[in-house]
Amino acid sequence: MIANATAGAPPLKGKRILVAKPGLDGHDIGAKVIALALRDAGAEVIYTGLRKTPDYIARVAVDEDVDAVGLSLLSGSHRELVAQTVSSLRQLEAGDIPVFVGGTIPQQDQPELLALGVKRIFTAEMALADVIAAVAEVLK
Amino acid sequence: MPMANKTAPDPDTPVRTPSGIELPLVATGAHHDANGEGLPARYPFTRGIFPDGYRGRLWTMRQYSGLATAEESNQRYKFLLARGQTGLSVALDLPTQCGYDPTDPMARPEVGKVGVSLSNLAEMETLFAGIDLSAISTSFTINGTAAIIYAMYIACADKRGVPRDKLTGTIQNDILKEYVARGTWIFPVRPSMRLIADSVLYANEATPRFNPISIAGAHVRDAGATAVEEMAYTLANGLAYVDELIARGGDVEKFAKRLSFFFYVHMDFFEEVCKFRAARRLWARLLKGRYGVRDEKALHFRFGVVCGGLSLTAAQPYNNVVRVTVETMAAVLGGAQSIFTAAFDEALQLPTEFSAELALRTQQIVAHESGIANTVDPLGGSHLVEFLTDRMEREMERVMGEIDAYGGVVKAIEEGWLQARIAERALERKRNIDGKRTIVVGVNAFRREEGEADAGAVPRLDPAATQEVFDKFEAVRQRRDPAGVERTLAKLSDAAADDRENLLPYLVDCCHAYATVGEMVGRLKSRWGGFKEPGL
Repeated sequence: MIANATAGAPPLKGKRILVAKPGLDGHDIGAKVIALALRDAGAEVIYTGLRKTPDYIARVAVDEDVDAVGLSLLSGSHRELVAQTVSSLRQLEAGDIPVFVGGTIPQQDQPELLALGVKRIFTAEMALADVIAAVAEVLK
Repeated sequence: MPMANKTAPDPDTPVRTPSGIELPLVATGAHHDANGEGLPARYPFTRGIFPDGYRGRLWTMRQYSGLATAEESNQRYKFLLARGQTGLSVALDLPTQCGYDPTDPMARPEVGKVGVSLSNLAEMETLFAGIDLSAISTSFTINGTAAIIYAMYIACADKRGVPRDKLTGTIQNDILKEYVARGTWIFPVRPSMRLIADSVLYANEATPRFNPISIAGAHVRDAGATAVEEMAYTLANGLAYVDELIARGGDVEKFAKRLSFFFYVHMDFFEEVCKFRAARRLWARLLKGRYGVRDEKALHFRFGVVCGGLSLTAAQPYNNVVRVTVETMAAVLGGAQSIFTAAFDEALQLPTEFSAELALRTQQIVAHESGIANTVDPLGGSHLVEFLTDRMEREMERVMGEIDAYGGVVKAIEEGWLQARIAERALERKRNIDGKRTIVVGVNAFRREEGEADAGAVPRLDPAATQEVFDKFEAVRQRRDPAGVERTLAKLSDAAADDRENLLPYLVDCCHAYATVGEMVGRLKSRWGGFKEPGL
């Protein structure tokens, strides 16, 4: 069991979450591990696959009526691509969908992403249980 | 901070390697057969492929490196060469790797972020300015667009008057593992295999000292595969390429001499040493057993390694110097032909001059001070090493058998079976770390409760560098002869529709005409379509 092994109901039961890979980054194992962990925590997970544009990700988020979007970036392009995805969501009047970011995000860039409205930022060395708990806290 | 003691308190509790092999408390001759005995350079090459090991020739020190512009990268290469590096390894940016020109909307945010932008021959000429292509070997970590970058390298040598047969180096050119782990695929599997066969067969004639493929397990390993799986998947991919090349009329006795391999070295010391000894033996046996290869040189398993990757941590980054040192020793004792030692700040950023130099110094110290390179296969005959070598070879064969049972590696990749296996393995690895069953110092044990020391500011890519790439790209497009470009691209497009053609001469012509990576990929894509990723 991943998270909250002691709790009764899975912490993300009934939630729909989009896990997305914006841009050209081919490192997808972190996104896949998170997707599997979210699934184990009860969420219904939609994974975009690699090389998606911010517009595409926003459209899928709206079409699939998701409760949250998780963006995975390890290519150093997080500042540009997160900003574009947030802006695409707003253009589709979906700016209220919580956005999470994971990957190689240097500390110095985190305030900028949080200021865009990103709810939480996760890095590879965080325990999965902590990631799940943080997502559950925001989606509560 | 409390942590589990790694030494089991109960001596009857089994201790296993990360690949799951149970270790004896004390190894004796009863644990292994005599395979490891005998001499190096004799079939099946357990003890190495050269009779004189590293005394005849040290491994190549090849630091993966590329900054946004060709000019800065050229400077960094000269910096590394001046400090004793013995080969070059070019890191390319994602647009170049995925086949987009820098001005493509999909490419713009990614230009120059993880390596150098090489969109056309003019950039390649700048990249190697003042570097003698006939004297230094160069490795390109390039896959989806490998045939194009190789063609560009040949065109660059042509323009500089360097004879093609003097070129040495490697293109990674291993598309199968891109579908599984690294993600820079462009075309569907079948035409991609054709492009690889084209480049290998062409290279055997045009650049006989150049390695046209480096079949890589490194990326599936870093994605989560065990050491056994890393080798098994890679050898399976290797056999798929051999089959493809034979189907295209290639002579295995000839092309097999130019197949090379590339792996990660992570932390479990003896497993890492033994995976190389085991795979070297298994590859020779497979080529001899399945294809009847007779020429001993065609049975040689030649490989480069990277030390670092997933084994490095963002927490307490200086600890990574120690990790890379241990890994370098494992690579040497396993018999690697080239070594890249990652910089301690790899988990945070592209290396600075300071961290890049320290990484190079790490392997220089192992090479010139530790003395471990003075005797061939110094661990050969150790009961534990021979036991693990035997067991890992058997385990690799077992995993390869599972792939065969599924219907072969190409099917396993097209249907996403292998990708799903790696994802599950990665989740298992993460859970083992979260649950402290696998100890990572500074991450789940011996953390600094007072918080991390500031790792220092991560240098951001200067927007002026990106602008320079855009400007140079437009300038080349203005300068070239558009009719000549169109002529070479049209011929490429026609040849792509005919499976009997080898595309490399057409790509070399395109490069000479300063056609761009995006233009060449565009023509091929319009013939072949793109890869459709299987679902999770």
